[in-house]
Amino acid sequence: MENVHAIELKNITKTFGKVVANKNVDLYVDKGVVMSLLGENGSGKTTLMNMLSGIYLPDEGEILIDGKVANIRSPKDAYNYHIGMIHQHFKLVDVFSAAENIVLGLNEKGRLDHKAIVNKVKELADKYGFDIDPNKKIYDMSVSEKQTVEILKVLYRGADILILDEPTAVLTPQETKKLFDVIRAMRDDGKAIILITHKLNEVKEISDVVAILRKGEHIKTVRTSEVTEQQMTEMMVGRKVELNINRKMPENQEPRLTIANLSLTDENGIKKLDDVGFIAYSNEILGIAGIAGSGQKELLEAIAGLRKIDKGSIIYTPENDSPQELVGKSPMAIKNAGVSLAFVPEDRLGMGLVGSMGMTDNMLLRNWNKHKGILIDKKDSKALAKDVFETLEVVTPNIDYPVRKLSGGNVQKVLVGREIATSPSVLMSAYAVRGLDINTSYTIYDLMCKQKDNGTAVIFVGEDLDVLLALCDRILVMCDGRVTGIVDARKTSKEEVGLLMVKAKEEA
Amino acid sequence: MDEKMPLIRIERRQDISKTSVWMIRIMAFVLALVIGSIIFMICDVSPIEAYKTIVIGAFGKATGIRQTVKIMVPLLGTALALAPCFKMKYWNIGAEGQITMGAVGAAFFAINFYDKMPRSILLITMGLSGMLFGALWSFIPSFFKAKYNTNETLFTLMLNYIAIGIVAWLQGGPWEGKQGSQIVPNFNKAAVLPKVWGLHCGWIIVILLVVFMYIYLNYTKHGYEIAVLGDSENTARYAGMDVFKVIVRTAMISGAISGLVGFMLASGQNQTIYADIAANNGFTAITVAWLSQLDPFAMVLISLLLAGLSKGSSSLKTAMGVPGSISNIITGIILLCLLGCEFFINYRLIIRKKEEHHD
Repeated sequence: MENVHAIELKNITKTFGKVVANKNVDLYVDKGVVMSLLGENGSGKTTLMNMLSGIYLPDEGEILIDGKVANIRSPKDAYNYHIGMIHQHFKLVDVFSAAENIVLGLNEKGRLDHKAIVNKVKELADKYGFDIDPNKKIYDMSVSEKQTVEILKVLYRGADILILDEPTAVLTPQETKKLFDVIRAMRDDGKAIILITHKLNEVKEISDVVAILRKGEHIKTVRTSEVTEQQMTEMMVGRKVELNINRKMPENQEPRLTIANLSLTDENGIKKLDDVGFIAYSNEILGIAGIAGSGQKELLEAIAGLRKIDKGSIIYTPENDSPQELVGKSPMAIKNAGVSLAFVPEDRLGMGLVGSMGMTDNMLLRNWNKHKGILIDKKDSKALAKDVFETLEVVTPNIDYPVRKLSGGNVQKVLVGREIATSPSVLMSAYAVRGLDINTSYTIYDLMCKQKDNGTAVIFVGEDLDVLLALCDRILVMCDGRVTGIVDARKTSKEEVGLLMVKAKEEA
Repeated sequence: MDEKMPLIRIERRQDISKTSVWMIRIMAFVLALVIGSIIFMICDVSPIEAYKTIVIGAFGKATGIRQTVKIMVPLLGTALALAPCFKMKYWNIGAEGQITMGAVGAAFFAINFYDKMPRSILLITMGLSGMLFGALWSFIPSFFKAKYNTNETLFTLMLNYIAIGIVAWLQGGPWEGKQGSQIVPNFNKAAVLPKVWGLHCGWIIVILLVVFMYIYLNYTKHGYEIAVLGDSENTARYAGMDVFKVIVRTAMISGAISGLVGFMLASGQNQTIYADIAANNGFTAITVAWLSQLDPFAMVLISLLLAGLSKGSSSLKTAMGVPGSISNIITGIILLCLLGCEFFINYRLIIRKKEEHHD
C-alpha cells in the first residue's frame, strides 16, 4: 500500500498552561528508516516523543500507526502499538539479571520459564548483533550494556517503532560505533527508528532523514545526505550562526593547581580515585575525558573540598602569591581563595542551584555570607541576576521565577554566569553542556574560552570528544579513577583518546 | 476516536495566579460546608441554625472570643515553631514532647522558686527555662539526624511518649501535692502569667512570634540557609554552609518556641502541669503549618479557623445538643476539603471536548 507510514503525526498540538510545547506538528516515519529529531532545548522534541510513548496526551491532532488512528493513553498502550522508548535514564532493577529485567512487568500467563526467556533473548541479540550475557546482573554491567538491555526490553515486547533519547551521550566512541551497527541492523529488519540527539555528526552518520523542530513547530524534514551540519543548525536556530570555537594558543602559562598522588574512596568503600596527579595551568583549558563514572566527578569535588580524600596533595598557586595546600580546607575557604566549581552533575539542580528559588536567590548562594549581621542583603545578587539575565540572554518570565521551571540551557546559563562572575582563577565545570542544544553549547564554549584568555585555569569535564578536541588545549583521560594519559588536544585523535578511556580495563 | 479518549484528564499546572489559588480554597471551604449541611440534616438539625451557633459561639460574645483565642494561642505558637523545621524538610513531629518538656522547665521554677525571686524575674526565668528544656529535647533527635542521618520522624515521635511519661512520673512522685492525688497543686499566684484584656498575656507573645518568624524565614541568613538546605543538601554544602550546625540550630529554635508554648500552657492556661498538658497541640499544629504553607500570617488565619471551629462546636453541643462527635466530623470534613483542594491548585482536570473535526 502506498502512503502508509509506520507512524504519522497529524496536526499535533500540546500546550502546558500558556506555553505551547508543540504546534500543529505533522510528521511521519516509514518502516526501515532512521529519523533524527533535531531541535534546540525547549523546541518540543521530548514532549512530542512523550506523546508517542503515552506519557502525555495531545490537546489536538491525531497519531496514526500503520495508517490507523491510534489512541495512546498510557505507556502500556504504547507497547500495544509496538512503540518502545529508550530513555536517557535507565529504568532497570539492579539486582536482577538482564533476562529478568527484560521480562519484568510482562505478566505472561503461566509459570516463568527462565530457560525459554534466556533463549529468546539470545535469539534477539544474535539477530541484531547485540553483545550480551542474559544472565549477567545489572549491577555488574557497564553503561553500554545497560543500554543494550533497555533496547532488548522493548524489542522483546515486539516494538516496531523505537525511540532513542540521546543514546550516545554516555558512550565511548567505540561503543557508539557498536550501537550504530545495531541500529542499522534493526533498520534493515524494517523497524522505524527515531533518534533524539544533539550531535550533528551522528545525525549525518546514522540517520536517513532528519526532522527539525523549532519552538514547537515542525520546520522541515530533509534527507540527511542532502544537508550540511551548518544548514541543519541554521534551520534549528532560525538564523545564521557561527559554529566555531575560537581557540587561541595559551600564553604566559603558570601552574595554578598541582595535584599529586590523589586517592579517594567513596562512602561505599569503592576506590574512586587512584593516585591521580596533574598540573592545571593558567590561560589554558584542560579537558578531562573518560567514560561516565570514571572518577571525574569525585576529582572535581575533591578539589572543591566537598569530599574527604585518602591521601595526596592539592597545591594551589594564586597569581603573585605563594602556593597553598587546599586539602583540609573548607569548601568556603577554597572558594574564597579563587577556586570555583561550576559543577554540573547528572542532576543539574542537585548541586549548585536551588530549584525552588529564582535567579536572585540563586546568585545569593555565592555571597550570602559576605556581609556582616544577621539579615541577608540581596542588593548585589539582584544586580548580578539582572546582569546574567541580560548578557547571557536567559529566557525566564522574571528573575524571581523558580529556576527549576526553566529549560536546561537556561539553568546552565544561570549557573555558569554566576560562577564566572566571581572571576575565579581556577574554573572547574563538569558536563557543562549535557543536554544543551548546539547554539547554547557554543555560548558556553565561548564563555570558557574568554575565561581562558583572561588568564583563568579552566578544567572542563566533557563527554563529546569532538568538542574536547576542538575546545581544549590539553586533554587528561581518566579510566577507573586513574589517569591513563594527558594528550595535546591539537595533535591527538578521537581514536587515541577513546583507547585511553578504556585502557585500565584492558590491562586488568 | 473520541470514544476512546478518557473523559477527564489530569494535567500539572504550570502557573497559577494568587487569586485563583484563593478562589479554589474558598470553593473547597464552601463545599465542606455543603457536605456538613447534609450531615446536620441527617442528624435532624437545621444546618443554617447549626452554622449560626458555631459562628456566634466562637466569635459572638467577648467570652466566646476569649475562649477561641485561648485555644488559638498554643496552636499558632506551635505551628510557628514547626515552620522552620518543615521548611528545612526536617519532619519534626515531636512538638508535643517539646511543649511538654517546656512545661516541665517552667514548672520546675514555679514549684521550687516561687517565693525566692521577684515575680517578673520568676516569670522570665520560667519562660527561659521552658525554652531551654524544649530546645534540649529537640536537640537530641537533630544531633543524631545531622551526625548519623537517623530518621527524625520516628525519633521525635518516640520522644513525645518519653516526655509525657516523665510528667506522669513527676505528677505521682516528686511534684505530687496531696499524697495519692496524682496531681501537681496549682502554682502560686506569682508563677501565673498576668492577664491582659481578660486573657493570659501569651497572646501578645504569640503575635510577636508571628512577626519574628516571618522576618526570620524571609530576611535573615538563617532563613536563607534553611531554605537552601530544604531544597538540596548538596547545594547547601556547596555554598559553604555548615549543614550540621544549621540542622541542629533550626531544630533547637523550633524546640525552644515549642517550649515557650509549654510555659504558656502551664503558667497561663492551666496554672499547673499534668501529663496531657500539650493537649494534641503538637499534632494539630502540623495541620496548621501545612494548610498555611509555612506562611506565618496565613497561620494566624488557619489557627483562628480551627480554634473557632473547636469553640463553636462546644457551643453547638450545649445549645443544640449536637454530639461532640458530629462536630468532630464537620471539622474533619473542612480540613479534608482544604487539604484536598491543594490537588486542584497543582493540577487541573481537562474534560474531553466535544468532537470538533476540521477535515
